[in-house]
Amino acid sequence: MSIFYLIVQQTMFFTIPLLVVALGGMFTERGGVTNIALDGTMIIGAFAGILFINQTQDTMSGTTQLLLAMLVAVGIGIIFSLFLAFSAINMKADQIIGGTALNLFAPAFAIFAARTIQTNGVQQIQFNNTFRISKVPVLGDIPFIGDMFFKSCYITTYIGILILLVATFVLYKTKFGLRLRSCGEHPQAADSVGINVYRMRYSGVMISGALGGLGGLIFVIPTSTSFNADVAGYGFLALAVMICGQWKPMRIFIVSIFFGSMKALAASYSAVPFLANAPITSDFYKMVPFIATLIVMAFTSKNSRAPKAVAQPYDKGSR
Amino acid sequence: MNLIKNVTAKEGYHKIMGSVSAIIIGLIFGFLVLLLANSSNAFEGFITIVAGGFTGGGRGVGQVLYFATPLILTGLSVGVAFKTGMFNIGAPGQFVMGAVSAVYVGVHVTFLPAPFHWIIALLAAAIVGGIWGFIPGMLKAFFNVHEVIATIMMNYIGMYLCNFIVKKTVYNSLKNISLDVKSSAVIPKAGLDKIFVTLHGNYSDVSTVNGGILIAFGIAVFIYFIMEKTTLGYELKAVGFNKNASKYAGINEKRNIILAMTIAGALAGLGGGLLFLSGPSGRHLAVVDVLAMEGFNGISVALLGLSNPIGIIFSAIFISYLAQSGTYLQTLNYMPEVVDIIIAVIIYFSAFALVIRQVLPKLRKKFYERKSQLPTASEEKESNGGEK
Repeated sequence: MSIFYLIVQQTMFFTIPLLVVALGGMFTERGGVTNIALDGTMIIGAFAGILFINQTQDTMSGTTQLLLAMLVAVGIGIIFSLFLAFSAINMKADQIIGGTALNLFAPAFAIFAARTIQTNGVQQIQFNNTFRISKVPVLGDIPFIGDMFFKSCYITTYIGILILLVATFVLYKTKFGLRLRSCGEHPQAADSVGINVYRMRYSGVMISGALGGLGGLIFVIPTSTSFNADVAGYGFLALAVMICGQWKPMRIFIVSIFFGSMKALAASYSAVPFLANAPITSDFYKMVPFIATLIVMAFTSKNSRAPKAVAQPYDKGSR
Repeated sequence: MNLIKNVTAKEGYHKIMGSVSAIIIGLIFGFLVLLLANSSNAFEGFITIVAGGFTGGGRGVGQVLYFATPLILTGLSVGVAFKTGMFNIGAPGQFVMGAVSAVYVGVHVTFLPAPFHWIIALLAAAIVGGIWGFIPGMLKAFFNVHEVIATIMMNYIGMYLCNFIVKKTVYNSLKNISLDVKSSAVIPKAGLDKIFVTLHGNYSDVSTVNGGILIAFGIAVFIYFIMEKTTLGYELKAVGFNKNASKYAGINEKRNIILAMTIAGALAGLGGGLLFLSGPSGRHLAVVDVLAMEGFNGISVALLGLSNPIGIIFSAIFISYLAQSGTYLQTLNYMPEVVDIIIAVIIYFSAFALVIRQVLPKLRKKFYERKSQLPTASEEKESNGGEK
């Protein structure tokens, strides 16, 4: 049974960052800008957050420090995303090119800055993980559910779920959400009724920057004790999750759980007796999440419908 | 004067100026980064970046060409897909699958006579790379799976599969890399080892470059011919411009999507073959969980070369040139990542090329208008002066 709990906990570690980043991607695409730089945003966010933890771990620890680091990651993520917004919205540049450039920039900058700032000159940033909550009071005592979700967990899991709820509400139940969606479907029509398309698109991109930066940090924290300018391609996977989830928050949640559980299985198969004894090497377990996603995409993409104006620069003069 | 006027009127000039101004901005940004990191060596560092591949003498230039070889192929791979309206971000997977196939043939298929061995190995690389492009093409054409997502998934599947194959079949467990290919599978030097060499007294330091670079040039010209001069190329580009219009005109758009991705995959796979069939001193496949950088750099190469096969030759050599200077930068205590930052900045500003292309003709027009106005203005003055 403990193996089952272990896999559920692992699933959460992989699911939540995917969910958060994919929701970020959803906001920017719903506003009409493709953010292929989510991977770079995660790297920059994780870099800033981990560096903050590394520099302050003599004076701080625990959940307070984690929350502050998350704020840092969010802020840096937003600043980073402004470069994409400027190129895509003001300069009307190709959004794929701009995003690719930022994806190239992020790991190079993270390595460069880590080696410049750290006195030992290495590119890995070590951090003390003091954030694991061994048991949530009261909730952790619930049989079964408590063992699955409220023991040896991180506060990031609950923040991720909270972000999901807020995102759903904002996208469907607020004036902002309606306006944002209109800019991704038909920006000319939105402009004609007095919506500032540039401002809405900026907001969409900045939300993706915030969630991308946050997602990078909460991906690194439970799965490692050092940051090496890499998030294992999670930003790209989040894009796949977003498309698979049809740009809808709840579907994105379901897809990220699916993908997260596959990933958890690949990471912890050696703890499961019958999988460890099977004559299959670790490389194939690592492949499983990607093959599974391809198959799922093949069956679900037939009626895939992206926001209509996504990846198209908005030109006030065109009709 | 007239020559300058005519040259600056051409559209191609504005396109090239877009890339050139992006490169200049990138280099300036790089200089600023050097200044921030360590101001005392900044100027020397900048000279190192600009001198790039020439720093190492004849061998250095040869190394630039050796590392440009795969970049030309992955750049062509991304470029062909761009022209067909698709973004092939799957070059890393296609590249590495081609590489491992070539190395497998190079190590194990030993019954082939020498002149055929490396050719068959290259063919294997192209075929397996082609399969790695064919699958996302099929998924796109028949299942409407976005090619960006499909190729990203194929990248990771290819990376893990490559690690598995290397470990099972061609493993040098001491160094955690692939075995040397048989000497008959090494691409012939084609006399290039006589040119690209640095002499240290009696010892001659020979570059790893081989006939692969010539093959890469040939393929770039071949792709240019296909895309510009054949019906196939016309149809591929038509699908890229407007899928619905080309369907209406009787072009089988599904077939063309699959074909374009297969060609793209084969090109990237061939790049893998060309890089790794290079003898003991050349590159070997390392067993690591990292996607091949040569594949991602193909995106930069294609963007900077404006997806034009001839432009891609130049941009691949340029990127390789910068990357080589990164290794020389380490002697000045700078991180080689400065070069990656410069490349990223160049790509970022090359996306603005559209704006630059719109601004440049206007500036030029203004410049020549003012010039043509100047004599008339002075004439007016003269005539005014005459009256008074």
